Amino acid sequence: MKGGVVKMDENSSARLKRRLLDILYCIGLFLAMLTICLPGLWIVLSSLRPTVEIMAKPPVWIPQDISFDAYLTMFSGIGKGGIPVIEYFRNSLIISVTSTVIAVAIGMAGGYAFARYRFRGKSSVFLGLMLTRTVPGVALSLPLFFLYVRLGIIDTHFGLILAYVALNVPFTIWLIDGFFRQVPKDLAEAAQIDGCTRWQAFWQVEFPLAGPGIASAAIFAFLTCWNEFALASQLTRSVSAKTLPVGLLDYTAEFTIDWRGMCALAVVMIIPALTLTFIVQKHLVGGLTSGAVKG
Amino acid sequence: MATVSLKKLTKRYGNIQIVHGIDLDITDREFIALVGPSGCGKSTTLRMIAGLEEISAGSIEIGGRVVNDLPPRSRNISMVFQSYALYPHMTVRENLGFSLKIAGAAKEDMDTRVAEASAILGLDTLLDRRPSQLSGGQRQRVAMGRAIVRDPDVFLFDEPLSNLDAKLRTQMRTEIKKLHAKVQSTVIYVTHDQVEAMTLADRIVIMRDGYIEQVGTPDEVFRRPATRFVAGFIGSPPMNLHEATIDDGQLAFASGAKLPLPSQFKANVAIGDKVVFGLRPDDIYPTGHGISSGSSADVHQIELPITVTEPLGNETLVFVEFNGSDWVSRMLNPRPLRSGERVAMSLDLSQAHLFATETGKTLRS
Repeated sequence: MKGGVVKMDENSSARLKRRLLDILYCIGLFLAMLTICLPGLWIVLSSLRPTVEIMAKPPVWIPQDISFDAYLTMFSGIGKGGIPVIEYFRNSLIISVTSTVIAVAIGMAGGYAFARYRFRGKSSVFLGLMLTRTVPGVALSLPLFFLYVRLGIIDTHFGLILAYVALNVPFTIWLIDGFFRQVPKDLAEAAQIDGCTRWQAFWQVEFPLAGPGIASAAIFAFLTCWNEFALASQLTRSVSAKTLPVGLLDYTAEFTIDWRGMCALAVVMIIPALTLTFIVQKHLVGGLTSGAVKG
Repeated sequence: MATVSLKKLTKRYGNIQIVHGIDLDITDREFIALVGPSGCGKSTTLRMIAGLEEISAGSIEIGGRVVNDLPPRSRNISMVFQSYALYPHMTVRENLGFSLKIAGAAKEDMDTRVAEASAILGLDTLLDRRPSQLSGGQRQRVAMGRAIVRDPDVFLFDEPLSNLDAKLRTQMRTEIKKLHAKVQSTVIYVTHDQVEAMTLADRIVIMRDGYIEQVGTPDEVFRRPATRFVAGFIGSPPMNLHEATIDDGQLAFASGAKLPLPSQFKANVAIGDKVVFGLRPDDIYPTGHGISSGSSADVHQIELPITVTEPLGNETLVFVEFNGSDWVSRMLNPRPLRSGERVAMSLDLSQAHLFATETGKTLRS
């Protein structure tokens, strides 16, 4: 009987311990999320408050005076403190979407080849591709600048798209290779026996199964292009090619920086990226291949 | 419905030869099992027939048509994979109908054939599930259903039961046999499990290191193994195989033990020949506990010590020591035996096998 009582105590203390741990987890998670989200929140807040409040020391946590002036000014046109935000947005969109589509297409072809075929020098080629990622993009900006000037593609959409495709391809190949490896080889073979050509087997069976992986590669590639500043600031200079991150520099003058306007433009930049991520995220359902083989 | 014929079929990967020019003729509606240990080339052979592996030399004919360079889709075959290879993003219905969809079949036709196949295999209630929601046995059935729907000339099975547990395997084995009786197609079935091969096949092809060791009915390969390898591979527990030298009308074993030379081999051996003596567990039993098929003159009596017994209920496997090693024997209507006990054993030498040590070939004429 006594033993039974002791057991119950053990159980309740174990339960209490588990509850406490759960609470600690939640607190930890909250702190981590706060650290991640605070800068974003700060940008949104700063875009809505006057410069005095932004520069205040100690910082003003609760905004006193909220206005959308920065956004209104941004769209009010050149000469009235505005910047060509529509043009920048269009440039960013064209460059990011085009280079993402190309990088994903090449990534799919390359990733599939690395995942499925054996060929001479396969691992060295793969390693070589990965090594290109070790070179910081900024280091390439000056050589690229000279090259682009010679080729006459400086300050063009094409030039930046080319640079971004080169930047993203190793990454998309690596990521998509991993996802194709997870699709059992038997499936494509079964499809071929079921009457598919090699090409049909790919599109009907392997592509849908690697789909979530290809989508995540696309998001990463898109965000890299959308947010890239170092190369874009060197390779573009006019309204016809400048992207949004480069556009942020329009808020710096010789002696002053318009922090509020800069933050407002940053918010304008973040919104499409965030929306896209949310849309695609729904399709990133993992574990689609479960049930294909064995049990 | 079709015959399949392999002529000098060869597979090489670089310098390594996997399949060494094998010849095999499979008749229409025959159930053929390719059996052998792993790495014997049986799966490679099947994949070459399917068109999933290129052939290095020789030729493959299906229904009299040479298909050497045709892609899998043009061979009118279907295949059940060891892994099942169900399309995880499709429902059972879509899996079954996939080949018809690719072939551009009409919706009604597709529905009828999927319904037919699912009725044969009892999949009717599962049609809207995805493979991940099925048990191993159900997946296996879907894989077979997908093969049936195509109405192929030849069914290829690549170790289809090896991912199932023992009980389900026995059950599915029976289903495959029933299925073959129903659909009446030519079947080529690869397995490493000799029991599957014995129970299912009309003829068994035993392969080893890329060569065919023997082709024959289950009865032939069991009763008249052509080589020492086949003798050891087919049958469970395996045949007792021991090296001996031919003496004057006797088999002399290394330990000095002797047995009379089985009369059926007397004409085929000479004194001094090195041979391998083989005797199935069924043909060696404690006296009075076996089925003797030979005359009493062929049954050799000897008293041997028991090392271990393995009771199985209806029979007991008795390990006895002879010639310095354990010989397994099968005891019917078992009575309790103790280790170390000496019992009178009967060896039915009319059922014995002799193989030449050097070539491994049978010495039976």
